[in-house]
Amino acid sequence: MAVNLNRVPMREQDPEVRRRNFDEVTLGYTLEEAVQEAKRCLQCKKPMCVEGCPVNVRIPQFIAAVVEGNIEEAFRIIRQTNNLPAICGRVCPQETQCEQRCVLGKRGQPVAIGRLERFVADYCMEKGIEDKVEVKRNGKKVAIVGAGPAGLTAAADLAKLGYDVNIFEAFHEPGGVLIYGIPEFRLPKALVKREIEGLKKLGVKILTNVVVGRSITINELLEEGYKAVFIGSGAGLPKFMGIPGENLNGVYSANEFLTRINLMKAYDFPNSHTPIKRGKKVAVVGGGNVAMDAARSALRLGAEEVYIVYRRSEAEMPARLEEIHHAKEEGIIFDVLTNPIEILDEDGWVKGLKCIKMKLGEPDESGRRRPIPVGGSEFVMDVDTVIIAIGTSPNPLIASTTPGLAVQKWGGIIVDEETCATSKDGVYAGGDAVTGAATVILAMGAGKKAARAIHERLSKEQ
Amino acid sequence: MYRIIRKEKLAPGIWLMKVMATFVARKAMPGQFIILRVKEEGERIPLTIADYDRREGWVTIIFQEVGLTTGLLAKLDEGDSILDFVGPLGRPSELDGLKRVLCIGGGVGVAPLYPQIKYLWEKGTSVDVIIGSRSKEYLILEDEIRSVCHNLYITTDDGSYGRKGFVSDVLKELLDQGIVYDRVIAIGPLIMMKVVSEITKQYNVPTIVSMNPIMVDGTGMCGGCRVTVSGEVRYACVDGPDFDGHLVDFDEAMRRQRMYREEEQHICKLMEKEGL
Repeated sequence: MAVNLNRVPMREQDPEVRRRNFDEVTLGYTLEEAVQEAKRCLQCKKPMCVEGCPVNVRIPQFIAAVVEGNIEEAFRIIRQTNNLPAICGRVCPQETQCEQRCVLGKRGQPVAIGRLERFVADYCMEKGIEDKVEVKRNGKKVAIVGAGPAGLTAAADLAKLGYDVNIFEAFHEPGGVLIYGIPEFRLPKALVKREIEGLKKLGVKILTNVVVGRSITINELLEEGYKAVFIGSGAGLPKFMGIPGENLNGVYSANEFLTRINLMKAYDFPNSHTPIKRGKKVAVVGGGNVAMDAARSALRLGAEEVYIVYRRSEAEMPARLEEIHHAKEEGIIFDVLTNPIEILDEDGWVKGLKCIKMKLGEPDESGRRRPIPVGGSEFVMDVDTVIIAIGTSPNPLIASTTPGLAVQKWGGIIVDEETCATSKDGVYAGGDAVTGAATVILAMGAGKKAARAIHERLSKEQ
Repeated sequence: MYRIIRKEKLAPGIWLMKVMATFVARKAMPGQFIILRVKEEGERIPLTIADYDRREGWVTIIFQEVGLTTGLLAKLDEGDSILDFVGPLGRPSELDGLKRVLCIGGGVGVAPLYPQIKYLWEKGTSVDVIIGSRSKEYLILEDEIRSVCHNLYITTDDGSYGRKGFVSDVLKELLDQGIVYDRVIAIGPLIMMKVVSEITKQYNVPTIVSMNPIMVDGTGMCGGCRVTVSGEVRYACVDGPDFDGHLVDFDEAMRRQRMYREEEQHICKLMEKEGL
């Protein structure tokens, strides 16, 4: 039987409806749809997809289990290497990882691996199926700094190996970027909470409201008997452009805008007490996933017009194609080759965004064509809110309070690529704190690597 | 959860709470602050630490009921718990190596000033203090401060206690008398800190102010607390809250403080209607 070249489509909320609600956009596969899609997998002898996965999920094996309708077994297989499948199935950039390597992709559409992973995780969560792991405690304590994707993954792996794992989280809720950054409509928070509950069942303890670097230092953790420390503190420091008017009322960093909405539920004001300015005309500066999230959130808060303002062309945008596609469907207006030069002021509030048109020149050090201003092309966009989403850098709090911890000039913690070991004995680091802003799955991959290295080190000790 | 072990009314609408928070208490230093959340749907608000005891593990906060969150906080009693309480945040005040300091506190700003005065006093620094309030009944911590400073000057706007007038009037007099201070520390309403800084600039007295802008996380993540200092953008939560008063853009800070005024009024009205 010839393989269908097209994947089974996934149902989505209608763009006209979803642009005004925070419910999840994509609705997932049914069991029938999942089995049908799973049957497209060719079960390659040398599966390239697995190599494309930062945590090497045994993809053909779990898909084979789905074909047989044994979803519980599929779940067990995924969980062997991936502790957060419901999350990865939604936010991993599969198109540049596992699915990019799928041989079906050469002639048609690759197997929808992400959607299948999501289906398996959701199905088992709904049915209350858990993979039971027998853990023999070894009595050794490991501290994890930050309850984001890197820290949660390292914690889960170490807990399964028998370690007493304590996670220290600065916010009042664990999850890191999964909770404060990625919006509800892309990643429902109830689901993140359930994944974290799963970790707690492995014996992981999470101490919220502890800011490592302030409430306690890395050295103090080591003195208190933690045999190793893993730093997964993320890249939470927002960048601004340094143009006039950035401190006007109505200008947000994407971090603040999204944290108010996601973590603090400002979209539900006044039931939730955290306020947010609901702009009528909103400009979001930047072209990454965070910019798309901010733009689509602004729309859902009731904005009439939302613009993405990006200085290069759409081809250079770092956002996932799927996110760009969803944003456009919902009516976000893309102003590419446009660079803001000033935010205009009226009584201290944003009145407009002055921009200049750009054209593309020769490629720069990033390999992308360098944008060059077009003389005399300045114009003013009529907006009342500006959200800056041009990236984030690692928080210096830990580096500045940990003597002997080597960091890059731009703040990233320097590690051994194989082990995630830092310059400080017993201290490991991974995720955005090391790489700068990257993806959830890369952070998870680093968490796994560090857990392995920590185990190797500590199992040699008495 | 963070248990309230003592609650005391210091003045109409001004409360003192002693809260069990070992992680905060064991590292707290004068000038630092905490962020709290009263309940699940609550907002995160910053409050400066007014006192602490490392051994017993408590931290004192003093706050004025000015909005919804401080109103809800005031409704909690001894034995109740605050849902979230994180810190210490911000950089500690730099108080070492000073000979003679003038501390100026206005309104509830007297509270965060107190641990700084105490610290200076214990280090043997010569400390003069001016505290001011609207009227006698709103004046806080007078006795506590009197016991840890050399000269205490009190002003009230209406003249009901101490001198009638503003803290800045006394400041000017002291400087005119030729008293040489190597630092002025001012904490209070933005307008007070602005006026004080303008005066001390004329007399060339280095002046530190403590900024208390709107913020969400308090660890450098949101950037909501940005303050322009000497033309540069700084975050009050990680670069401050103390800044050089002669370099702070107070007008911008006052404007930013008003960002959610409409929302705050709206939610307070709603709560009043519901009798909360």
